[in-house]
Amino acid sequence: MIRFSKQQLKIPQLQRPVYLVTAGQSKFDRAIVDRRTEELCIDAFTMAASLLNLSPAELKRYIHSCYYGHFADHFGDQLLGEAVIHDRLGLDPLGNVGIKTGGATGGSALWEGLKAVASGYSDCVLVMGWERMDEVPTDEGNFLISCAADKDWESPLGHIYTGYYAVMAQRYWQIFGKSEDSFRRTLAEIAVKHHRYARFNPFAQAPMDITVDDVLNSPVVAYPLRALDCCLMSVGAACAVLCDENTADALTAGSPNKPLRMWVAAGSHTLRPADRLDMKIPLLPNEEEGQYDDLAERFPGGDRYPGFTGFLAARMAAYYGYGMSGITDPSEDLDVVELHDAFTISDVQTYEDIGIRPYGYGRDYVESGDCYHTNPYTNEPGKLPSNLSGGLIGCMHAVGATGIMQTFEIATHIWNRWEELHGDQALWHRFDRQKPADWTSLQVTGARRGLAISHAGVGSHVTATILMDPDHLIR
Amino acid sequence: MSTFGQVFVKNNKYKPQGSFHHLTPNTPIRDADNDWKLLGVTNPRDMTYIHSYGGEAVFFESLSKKRLMATRCDSPDCDSRGTVYMPFRIHCPDCLCRNSIIDITDTAKTTATIHTFMVCERSGAFNLLEKPIKFINIEFKGVDTILMSYLAVGEPRFGQKVLPVFRTLEPTYTILDLSWVVDGTAESDLPQGFSF
Repeated sequence: MIRFSKQQLKIPQLQRPVYLVTAGQSKFDRAIVDRRTEELCIDAFTMAASLLNLSPAELKRYIHSCYYGHFADHFGDQLLGEAVIHDRLGLDPLGNVGIKTGGATGGSALWEGLKAVASGYSDCVLVMGWERMDEVPTDEGNFLISCAADKDWESPLGHIYTGYYAVMAQRYWQIFGKSEDSFRRTLAEIAVKHHRYARFNPFAQAPMDITVDDVLNSPVVAYPLRALDCCLMSVGAACAVLCDENTADALTAGSPNKPLRMWVAAGSHTLRPADRLDMKIPLLPNEEEGQYDDLAERFPGGDRYPGFTGFLAARMAAYYGYGMSGITDPSEDLDVVELHDAFTISDVQTYEDIGIRPYGYGRDYVESGDCYHTNPYTNEPGKLPSNLSGGLIGCMHAVGATGIMQTFEIATHIWNRWEELHGDQALWHRFDRQKPADWTSLQVTGARRGLAISHAGVGSHVTATILMDPDHLIR
Repeated sequence: MSTFGQVFVKNNKYKPQGSFHHLTPNTPIRDADNDWKLLGVTNPRDMTYIHSYGGEAVFFESLSKKRLMATRCDSPDCDSRGTVYMPFRIHCPDCLCRNSIIDITDTAKTTATIHTFMVCERSGAFNLLEKPIKFINIEFKGVDTILMSYLAVGEPRFGQKVLPVFRTLEPTYTILDLSWVVDGTAESDLPQGFSF
């Protein structure tokens, strides 16, 4: 039984406000055969500078320290890759550090960069993440990813991470989905949605116009998860620049980018789900004491928490992040979210972990239409659109960059620049991609606040990055 | 001299024997759509890691002896005293004292049931299990955690009673030496090299 002390439940405090002023990213793809990683990082940085109407050299003058997210040295076969990128960006001799927390690496890099600014160590930092997953064939890539499970107890069991999620999918489907076909179709609907939104994103790797039946008929990877339930394996880079208030004002003076208030919080749980002891569900501000007392009556078998159906790390990241930023109800306080849809099942699990829906009712977020840009049942704007980038299923999962890509996407909505940055015909052309004839702007009208969840392992590390228009803070 | 690298320990030092890596030449990667222009190079590499099980070695050694070892916190002042861990944890996560090693073979034989499962059709490279692989997560009476393993015989379902089987013939000394079969499986149906 995990018991929290008062000290452990303290809401984190920043010494001063931190602002996101710009962000950028490269093209994402399964393989990028003619560009080195440093070229992709320079693409991302150059874009970030251009959003401020600055040259890269002008932006670099403000940067004081750097936080690099690169998950897997063994994928790129390069230890100290951070030093390579730092050098190629021309940022020596500034201090830099590499951050590695699996799938949450991008979010964790933002977490470290935020703390550097909040503490006063730096007034302006670069957070850059990348991954190079095309240097090995896919089955060897799956092997390398499985090395992020316990190498003695889990990895030898198939060497495939999808399997470690599939046992969760099975448990969740049978307990909370009541083994209903309709629940399985709801999972498939998530994949349809994310591949569809990827069609409108020039950076995205896997745009597809598919149906629920296409997902349900795609090859089984680890039953009940099929190929189209799974995230991508990608190459690409993304970056963000974080500042204190004075630097943020100076950097954005000549650009449409408004400095966005930023908070990042983190949680963790055991690498092996096997080790997760039963515990009382920690509550978020929009939940009430006792509301889960009868969970096992409503969903027989649902009495073990987090068991194989919840992610305590995500719940704790949300607990800290909501406390820092004043969020009391994510569905009411937020306008857009990017969630870590490594698999369709983990997307649903996360809806509950971060309080978009109560435990047991995650499917309703999809079935109500609330998660869409435009609710397909009402034709009205979705209440809380999610993964308009296409997410990890449709856009990319270049692991070290993913959490930063999500943050870039959220920021473009709050800046009201989503349409400009995703609809640019020149960008589609530069990426050698065809802009669809039915291209649709997914700009969330009037977006003021957003959240990105970055998630590692089978829930070993999770970060919650929250952005707000400073004129629409909650407190 | 063995083709494969082998290691023993003498005087507290690793003594590698045999071949630990194999040299394979690089080859160029060229662009078939662009006049076979050079794009990169392959970097083949075959290495053998030398890995210590540390305090978990007893668990892996015991599998070949048909015993399933777990651990328990017996620290008198620990809030988690009495918590039983399978997977084996060397130290209590609360007090960080060294746990007691306990034999739960009989508990496993009488109380193991499937908590959840999945059937894996695709694997990563270097997988040694026959596909489809039936992953199972197993509950035991009196054990506080849920072990991940694989079902060798039978069809998985929630609550299905399962029995441990152990690779006693040519053990690998890895977690693959432990598998499970549904209750009622005959000895003659066990995978080659395994026994109850």
